[in-house]
Amino acid sequence: MSTSVAPQESVLSPKFYEAMKALEPQYPRKTALILPALHQAQSEFGWLPKEALEAVAQYIGVHPAQIREVASFYTMFNLKPVGKTHLKICTNVACVLRGADDLVSFCEKKLGIACGETTPDGKFTLSEEECLGACGTAPAMMANDDYIENLDIPKLNDFLERSQHER
Amino acid sequence: MSAEVQTLFIQHFGKDSNRTLSYYQSQQSGYVAAKTVVTTMTPDQVIEEVKKSNLRGRGGAGFPTGMKWSFIPKGGDKPKYLVCNADESEPGTFKDRDLIRYTPHGLIEGMIIGAYAIGCKHAYIYIRGEYTREARLLNEAIQEAKSAGFLGEKIFGTDFSLNITVHRGAGAYICGEETGLLNSLEGKRGEPRVKPPFPAISGAFGCPTAVNNVESLASIPHIIRLGGEAYSKLGAVEKSGGTRIISLSGQVKRPGLYEIQAGSKTLRQIIYDLGGGMKKEKKLKAVIPGGSSAPVLTADEIDVIYDIEPLMKIGTMMGSAAIMVVSESVDLPKLLWRITKFYAHESCGQCTPCREGCHWMESILHRICHGQGREDDLDTLTSLAGNIGGKTLCALGDAAAGPVASFIKKFRPEFEAKITPVVRGQKRYA
Ligand SMILES: Cc1cc2nc3c(=O)[nH]c(=O)nc-3n(C[C@H](O)[C@H](O)[C@H](O)COP(=O)(O)O)c2cc1C
Repeated sequence: MSTSVAPQESVLSPKFYEAMKALEPQYPRKTALILPALHQAQSEFGWLPKEALEAVAQYIGVHPAQIREVASFYTMFNLKPVGKTHLKICTNVACVLRGADDLVSFCEKKLGIACGETTPDGKFTLSEEECLGACGTAPAMMANDDYIENLDIPKLNDFLERSQHER
Repeated sequence: MSAEVQTLFIQHFGKDSNRTLSYYQSQQSGYVAAKTVVTTMTPDQVIEEVKKSNLRGRGGAGFPTGMKWSFIPKGGDKPKYLVCNADESEPGTFKDRDLIRYTPHGLIEGMIIGAYAIGCKHAYIYIRGEYTREARLLNEAIQEAKSAGFLGEKIFGTDFSLNITVHRGAGAYICGEETGLLNSLEGKRGEPRVKPPFPAISGAFGCPTAVNNVESLASIPHIIRLGGEAYSKLGAVEKSGGTRIISLSGQVKRPGLYEIQAGSKTLRQIIYDLGGGMKKEKKLKAVIPGGSSAPVLTADEIDVIYDIEPLMKIGTMMGSAAIMVVSESVDLPKLLWRITKFYAHESCGQCTPCREGCHWMESILHRICHGQGREDDLDTLTSLAGNIGGKTLCALGDAAAGPVASFIKKFRPEFEAKITPVVRGQKRYA
């Protein structure tokens, strides 16, 4: 796309505005683009800083408070920065029945943080997650957008080691 | 295919290459049903066929799909919408994910037929945000279908056109509830709506809308292919047609997805014959038979036929057909605390009984599990559950209340054992 649809001063990239432009005809109202816009904005920062929420509000044409109100409803929208690898361990029923609690304790010990915290080097954020829909391959977790299933401590340890040494 | 077990879906699961259009067309007669529908049937005939099939919604409520479609008003100048519920957030449920991964075209074809039946030109698939990869696979399949002329303008050379948009959620159980889902699709907080009006009259963007689960829609091409009556006869019990995909998890030897002809097996047969029995030969203690919202069953109650009516008769529900199996080694008060914590976290907060009640139940269960339980706690919990169920805008309240009431009723001694005499009636939880 040659002509830029991005306002000059926006913190969001031209890619954001292009992606939104492509989605606009698929909805009868522009406000329906709020969730897609928040996903897209979050993919640029890893989280949703105030400036990004404001830019989304401006693009949609609503008050920033409306965007904050929506964003804060959904657990996937990070209103605080998260580590480079965001670990989300499912601790719902099916995973707990197959050892998820041990995985959480292992991570907390190994990373030296509690659930909800980020390591000082900014590499990992650890969260407990509700059911991920991977109960047949429990215990399961997500690392950013990826599922890791049939977990056990050695497998989790390997994953942490590898992520630790990635740049 | 053996004469006794007939499955429609599961034989195609597990292999990545099965998701392609060429596989779907060559191995599953893909898009033949849609072509038959669009080129030779009227919308009313389609709805009649689906009614005859006795397909009942696979999302949890078990509402007859054909009847739901018949509620969409005919004509009128408002657009009509078909929305596929791919939020799959009921704990224990993981069937829709594999349906999307291995037969995305089955879902798309079902949506073409559904859209034709209700007069919809633009359909949405609302998929839970965590299913990033699955959303991508769906978009790829939609592109494939579009290139082949099954989606877009003038489908099969007729005047019927349809586009499908994949819309990602962002982590909220309540968006599985159909009106919470519709609000979320519109770019709002996923708070359920006051009903009536029902979505059939005023759904997405204020227009008539049918919301159907992934498995319900993916069953539609089979209904057209086999005929409504033959599909219905796959079910072994009255009023329940076709097959059911069961999500089996917890402490069994072989957790995973299983497909059975509706009503053809008991819960015991599913756990022991399909699931291979208990992991490490432990004793069975409890079964959660229909997602975490379903009231719990004891080991003595599993000779029940696994289907909607028989489970309802014994005070629980089939829900999304997610079975979670619990062995003797599990601390049930702690497990109930875990379940209740989920509902407290996911309550949208609109209705006071659910917003306050879920947190209250959670904190009481928490103190019981931490040796701080009080003598009257179990009665308080039971009374709280009774004051949430049936008193909220959506069924999340019932979903939270059912487990609490049933666990305490059926396993009371385990809870009492945690409320030690020293603490009873004395210490208060800080
Ligand atoms: C709290 C709550 C969560 C729900 N979650 C889901 C879900 O994740 N997926 C789903 O298909 N239906 C879910 N439902 C049921 C939907 O409201 C609705 O009945 C269903 O999508 C209709 O489709 P069906 O008739 O094909 O089952 C949920 C209901 C409630 C009350």
